[in-house]
Amino acid sequence: MKYTILVNEGPYQHQAADSALQFTRAALEKGHEIFRVFFYHDGVNNGTRLTVPPADDRLIQKAWTELAEKHGLDLVICIAAAQRRGIMDADEAKRQGLDANNIAPGFRISGLGQLVEGGIQSDRLVVFGD
Amino acid sequence: MSTKNFLFVNRKAPYGTVYALESLEVVLISAAFEQNVSLAFIDDGVYQITKGQNSKGIGMKNFSPTYRALGDYDITKLYVSTESLAERGLTVDDLMELTYEDADDDYAEKPSIILVNREEMAAMMAEQEVILSF
Repeated sequence: MKYTILVNEGPYQHQAADSALQFTRAALEKGHEIFRVFFYHDGVNNGTRLTVPPADDRLIQKAWTELAEKHGLDLVICIAAAQRRGIMDADEAKRQGLDANNIAPGFRISGLGQLVEGGIQSDRLVVFGD
Repeated sequence: MSTKNFLFVNRKAPYGTVYALESLEVVLISAAFEQNVSLAFIDDGVYQITKGQNSKGIGMKNFSPTYRALGDYDITKLYVSTESLAERGLTVDDLMELTYEDADDDYAEKPSIILVNREEMAAMMAEQEVILSF
């Protein structure tokens, strides 16, 4: 089956961020296709490479990046939600006149249309949120 | 691109968290994809479409006028839970008068709000293909 995953909550704050990751991993292991993972609301915070959790804790962003590398996942961060919360790629930081970016490898920033397209193109859209 | 039945389920109060505002942003984008879009308002989500909202005191933008524009985007089915209204001491008179112009009926102005009980809400949800819950 073809899935699009919507992640609406931030890492470490809410289990939804972990559940989305675990669901995606399990779906891939079962041979399903992940059309896209879309990060919205505080979910955009899953895509900053600057998170430094304690050494004995899980690495959520890194797990997404590794999963994306292994399976060619399309990890899309909503631009409107990202701008509100300070998640930037190099192009967007430059466009906004900012001195830094923080997007993690494997993630890209794009518009909400990517979420709607995911709903249209996939057999199931699964929402992870509060 | 194919057309699907999209439902946006709004469960949260309009202020206090950003869910309602950012839900509305997706709703407006989805209209551009010419999908069959419906909205549901349940639990505290019914507060999103109450009339007379004034958010000045909390320094937030009052975005409730945007719901009035939904009709212009061909989003004309706003399902509101009667139980959720009743549980909060609200009636349909506390809600904004949200309408659309029916192109198939000489652009007659018609109400967009459809009051449904939980059973009817469940039946409507069963007909959807993509459900986004905020």
